[in-house]
Amino acid sequence: MKHLRSIDELGADGIVRILKVAEHMAEVNRRPVPKVPALVGRTVVSLFFEDSTRTRISFETAARRLSADTMTFSVSTSSVNKGESLRDTVETVSAMGVAAFVVRHKSSGVPWQMANWTDASIVNAGDGWHQHPTQALLDCHSIVGAFGIGPSTSCLKGLVVTIVGDVRHSRVARSDIEAFTALGATVRLVGPRTLMPPDTRSWPVEITDDFDAVIGDSDVVYMLRMQRERMNEALVPHLGEYSTRFGLDGDRAARMKKDAVVMHPGPMNRGVEMMIDPSELPRSLVTNQVASGVSVRMAVLFDVLGGQEVVS
Amino acid sequence: MSILIRGGRIIDSTSTNDDGRAADVLIDGDRIAQILDAGSDARADTVLDATGCVVSPGFVDLHVHLREPGREESETIETGSRAAALGGFTAVVAMPNTEPPHDSRVVVDFVRDQGRRAGLCEVVPSGCITVGREGRTLAPFAELRDAGVRFFTDDGNGVQDALLMRRALEYAGQLGVTLAQHCEVSSLTHGAVMHEGACCSRLGLPGWPSLAEELMVHRDIELCRLTGSPVHFLHLSTERSVDMVRSAKAEGLAVTAEAAPHHFTLTDEALSGFDPTFKVNPPLRTPSDIAALKRGLADGTIDAIATDHAPHAPHLKEQPLDQAPPGMLGLQTALALALTELSMPLRDVVAALSWKPAAIAQLADHQGRPVAVGEPANVTVFDPNATWTIDRGHLASRSRNTPYHGRTVRGRVLHTVFGGRAVVVNGAATR
Repeated sequence: MKHLRSIDELGADGIVRILKVAEHMAEVNRRPVPKVPALVGRTVVSLFFEDSTRTRISFETAARRLSADTMTFSVSTSSVNKGESLRDTVETVSAMGVAAFVVRHKSSGVPWQMANWTDASIVNAGDGWHQHPTQALLDCHSIVGAFGIGPSTSCLKGLVVTIVGDVRHSRVARSDIEAFTALGATVRLVGPRTLMPPDTRSWPVEITDDFDAVIGDSDVVYMLRMQRERMNEALVPHLGEYSTRFGLDGDRAARMKKDAVVMHPGPMNRGVEMMIDPSELPRSLVTNQVASGVSVRMAVLFDVLGGQEVVS
Repeated sequence: MSILIRGGRIIDSTSTNDDGRAADVLIDGDRIAQILDAGSDARADTVLDATGCVVSPGFVDLHVHLREPGREESETIETGSRAAALGGFTAVVAMPNTEPPHDSRVVVDFVRDQGRRAGLCEVVPSGCITVGREGRTLAPFAELRDAGVRFFTDDGNGVQDALLMRRALEYAGQLGVTLAQHCEVSSLTHGAVMHEGACCSRLGLPGWPSLAEELMVHRDIELCRLTGSPVHFLHLSTERSVDMVRSAKAEGLAVTAEAAPHHFTLTDEALSGFDPTFKVNPPLRTPSDIAALKRGLADGTIDAIATDHAPHAPHLKEQPLDQAPPGMLGLQTALALALTELSMPLRDVVAALSWKPAAIAQLADHQGRPVAVGEPANVTVFDPNATWTIDRGHLASRSRNTPYHGRTVRGRVLHTVFGGRAVVVNGAATR
């Protein structure tokens, strides 16, 4: 695979392939010296037009553990602030000899536009409201680990995943829905109509605004981040009402299935969608998600750059 | 200077079928001097071969953006006029969203004069409805009318304030000019990039709902009823808009409408690859909207095919989708797309490209005229059966943002005669 831009592009077989390689990478990460020479001499550039320290660090850690050279193109100190166009930035950095770009941009579609201007591989670290495929892959990795399932194209069959919150503006939700359903899960969306995409008739999901009605039979409760600026767009009356209807509090947590897990892509809004400390939950995968991130991103970089070294 | 157009068949507003009448056309000076039996042995300074071709009145485009003054990196009046002539147009209505906009006599005089200097087609400046196209105070309608303006619009912006639009219609109606609306309720389209529907939901892009157009179409039909002043609807894009205009016409209201070729040939799915070339306002919509536009054109609900030719320099269209400006080229591809995609009689296609828009723009005394003795020599010759492949590198516009690069189409303009001068001969501009 040359690029990783969307889960659709990857497909169910691709997801399984990444998850299997990520298992090997997790083993590497448990070694005393967690580093292999798979990508020696290859350069990976993180091009973050939107701040995300945690995602950038996760990718850069992954690249270094595969022995790639890493560079960070930070927009705040770059020529972009002097009016350089996206195309010129990509072509200029590309000319330095780059194997892969890891790109984050606030505009949907930028990873596709970039592919017109460089021969390097492109890994999408989040574009607008559209896709965040490595997040979905690490979420799958976390779920598979938590339930002790081997990766396969039907490995989530029988699991009910309930995604709660602002799906409309969420690249995480779009990637997760594609990934979870590709692997056989039943996916349910919970939130007000104002926070759902305008037309979901073709989506393989159920949608409800009654969190209490569905929390009890969910195997995974996936809480999305609720951004405060949505208050200015008449999408919900106020944060308090949102929290009351769609926040995860102690009462709701108590009604979850015994072995159900809670997930969140971070960063959490304590007191908004998370009304309870995750450490008080019986099974929170929030920190597992972060740990899975490095292994999964190692697998993704290895995959797009066609790493030849044996990783065992 | 005389020109003989030899071997074609004439289709004009007097035609009753698609066969037209075989005849040679002799032009002398700026008038049609003789209509001769086919195969005549008349002589002329220039002979244009029209074998197998249709000879029609020159086309009239109600909707072009020529970008001058202010955005000459994207287009100039000269380059846009050349694209127009190559597309068979002998008149184009220049939209007012230039910098500065067409809200004073100085600017409209400049635009018209630049058109005359280019000499490739008639450049007809529209006027703004409101000063600066800002939707706050009325533009000086009488001053602009005295400068020759008959068609007013804030295109690019809809007039949001219903009271202001009512006043504009009342005031303009007495002056005998036509107001044209860009129908978009802006509170429903804030930040919108593409049609609101399944595709934007999947791509994570803010949507432009059909309702935002339809609400304003409805409002302006009612304002037309209230004031009795004519309203022209620019670039209709939705099924319900077409239905509302059809009903309004059935009631005898003074409404007219146009549709752009991209709206009856492309859908929102074209944006799946995130190419800003396909971003346009109003946005590309759905197959059922395309079907409704085609029905509307076929039954005359939609009077005119207008291109909304909107050049943008490459560096502007290479921005991220939400930042790239909307718009696409249209002048050189309109006829071919109409002939390829519409199953309408040839006469009706020519009507929608020529005499019907000429009437809406109040140009009917010299544009869209029958091809007959004594008429102004604004004539287009096209081969309705010639196929060709659209190549963005071979268009006359200063920009390259055609959404049809690589598409093979049928119907090609061979010659354009404007004001008695052959400005396009064998598909090439002569000036």
